[in-house]
Amino acid sequence: MIEIFQHLIEGFAIVFTPVNLLIILVGCTVGLFIGAMPGLGSVNGVAILLPMTFIVPPTSAIIFLAAIYYGAMYGGAISSIMLGIPGASTAVATTFDGRPMAMQGHADRALIVAASASFVGGTISVILFTLFAPPLAAWALAFGSPDIFALMILAFATFVGLGGDDIPKTIFSILIGLVLSAVGLDIVSGRPRLIFFDLPGFYHGVNFLVLAIGIYGIAEMLWTLERSGGKVIVSQASVSIASIKDGIGEFLTTFKATTMGSLLGYFVGILPAAGATPGSLMAYGVAKQLSKHPETFGKGNVDGVAAPESANNAASTGSMLPMLTLGIPGSPTTAILLGGMVIWGLEPGPRLFVTQTEFVWGLIASLYAANVFTLVINLAFIPAFIWVLKLPFTILAPVIYVLCIIGGYAPTQDMHDVWLMFIFGVVGYLLRKLDYPMAPAVLAIVLGPLAESSLRQSLLMSHGSAMIFFNRPLSATLMVVALVLLLLPLVSVFKKKKASGPSGASA
Amino acid sequence: MRRAELIMAVAMAILSACFMWKSAELPIGWVQGSGPGAGAYPFWLSTGMLICCVLMIVNWVRRSSPPSRSTESYMDGHSLRLFLYGAGSLGIMIALIHVIGVYFAVPLYLIFYMRFLGRHAWRLTGTMAVATPVITFMFFEIVLNITLPKGMTEPLFYPLFDLFL
Repeated sequence: MIEIFQHLIEGFAIVFTPVNLLIILVGCTVGLFIGAMPGLGSVNGVAILLPMTFIVPPTSAIIFLAAIYYGAMYGGAISSIMLGIPGASTAVATTFDGRPMAMQGHADRALIVAASASFVGGTISVILFTLFAPPLAAWALAFGSPDIFALMILAFATFVGLGGDDIPKTIFSILIGLVLSAVGLDIVSGRPRLIFFDLPGFYHGVNFLVLAIGIYGIAEMLWTLERSGGKVIVSQASVSIASIKDGIGEFLTTFKATTMGSLLGYFVGILPAAGATPGSLMAYGVAKQLSKHPETFGKGNVDGVAAPESANNAASTGSMLPMLTLGIPGSPTTAILLGGMVIWGLEPGPRLFVTQTEFVWGLIASLYAANVFTLVINLAFIPAFIWVLKLPFTILAPVIYVLCIIGGYAPTQDMHDVWLMFIFGVVGYLLRKLDYPMAPAVLAIVLGPLAESSLRQSLLMSHGSAMIFFNRPLSATLMVVALVLLLLPLVSVFKKKKASGPSGASA
Repeated sequence: MRRAELIMAVAMAILSACFMWKSAELPIGWVQGSGPGAGAYPFWLSTGMLICCVLMIVNWVRRSSPPSRSTESYMDGHSLRLFLYGAGSLGIMIALIHVIGVYFAVPLYLIFYMRFLGRHAWRLTGTMAVATPVITFMFFEIVLNITLPKGMTEPLFYPLFDLFL
């Protein structure tokens, strides 16, 4: 415990340097803007801006990206409330009551409650994170190859069991991500693999960023452009000292909903397939059930803003826990952060807590600072963010496309990757229209290399027998949980059939 | 939507089969002493992809997935036009980068998109078309030392490099 405090103080010493404070400030502001733009969320911002972080050392780079992640979580609420369009999928639940509040002329109060709830959610979850992470990492140090592989299977199984998308399409998405990660030189024999059309560009493999920017940059913009055909009505809000006082007074009445949302969001966020979107929707549902006046939900209840906003911020911290301690990302955004660590020359996993204490604790301490910064910037510059909402897509889209192209070129400096990214973007958009989930593929391409090496090492240890995953207590437990998750959808299909009787069978 | 769902599933099945065939160029069985062959991992994963595609087609026949029941059109005229403009102009810009480089392809693209698709004023369009490449150059070439492709316009940049580096 004392050790944790010592590390945390060292972390703060890293954060409170002028450069890093500036980085947090810029990151939070950029994140708020990205979050506020309808259609763009933390994952898009982090994917598109990751290549820009090569300028600074890894610790500052991850502090910057984590600040964007936080800022975007706060910012999502702005467009949910002012436009009634979620700024990101994570802020969907905020529209339910935030928009009605704005329509009744209480937009300022809704914004202040959202920001305060985000702050509380973020802070509670960072405290939990600080306490949970070191013991989890210490425990994970003892993991062997079979355990690591079982853990990955579990991560993928959560998408099938909890993701809620079409099962064959989810599995397809996971598998294609894994196959793409296998392109290039084989790690064991050194032989070239899957070199399509003998293009030399495939020898260095398919960089995860190429897929991530293709999907979260290009495909996302194509998708957003198609969706945002109609005109939008921006609500008016002016924020004064008095209204901040009122808003905070109102926020204090949501104590129960905010605390519940923070805790729920944090634990849901830890699961790879779940994360901030389901976390905030669940928090909204639970807040409604706990409320004495559930009938006022959907008509501008403050609890309905506070619960999902605290939950989505808490979930974003929660998703960093497995990323940092186990090397398994808890969300698409943290998958990209994890890939970034590899580019910066770090080896993700529990050993980070031993070998890269500066990186780990600098990041954790920066989360505390980012929360405070984002709250202040958010409240102080509400008019600026409302202005962003009025930016037409015909300015935003080409700028984002240009950022994607340059960002896709920078890491490998190969036009081959830019073309590949373009193809991923176009195909990703076409697939998304048919309900193919995209997040599993991004997670899979990041985890792919480690999944393959841990599988091959395990099989070597056991001379080819898959039973090795069931002989060790830890990997066996993980595998059984994974199998349960994989079978979960089958059970619900079976139940549905039984319930709907013979008429259901003919459908 | 229904037809698109089938076409996509078949296309993805063909892709999976290509992956399998490509992986099978390497040993996919057990190699004595070194474990699974180099092609085994992608081969079995692609096999899994193919099975998923078959399941999607089964779902299509049984009409049990939402897109296979949907009567909406996959892409109406409006979204098709948006898609062709968006993706098409982007593809043309990437192709132009090979010829005239980033610093000339990007402004052309911005002018096309903002002026002709967005109908923004020339002043705004012009400012963006000039500012974007200048900021990009400063950030990537000067600060990060990453050279972006310049195609045939490469010689134009020699004086700038002499000035800054």
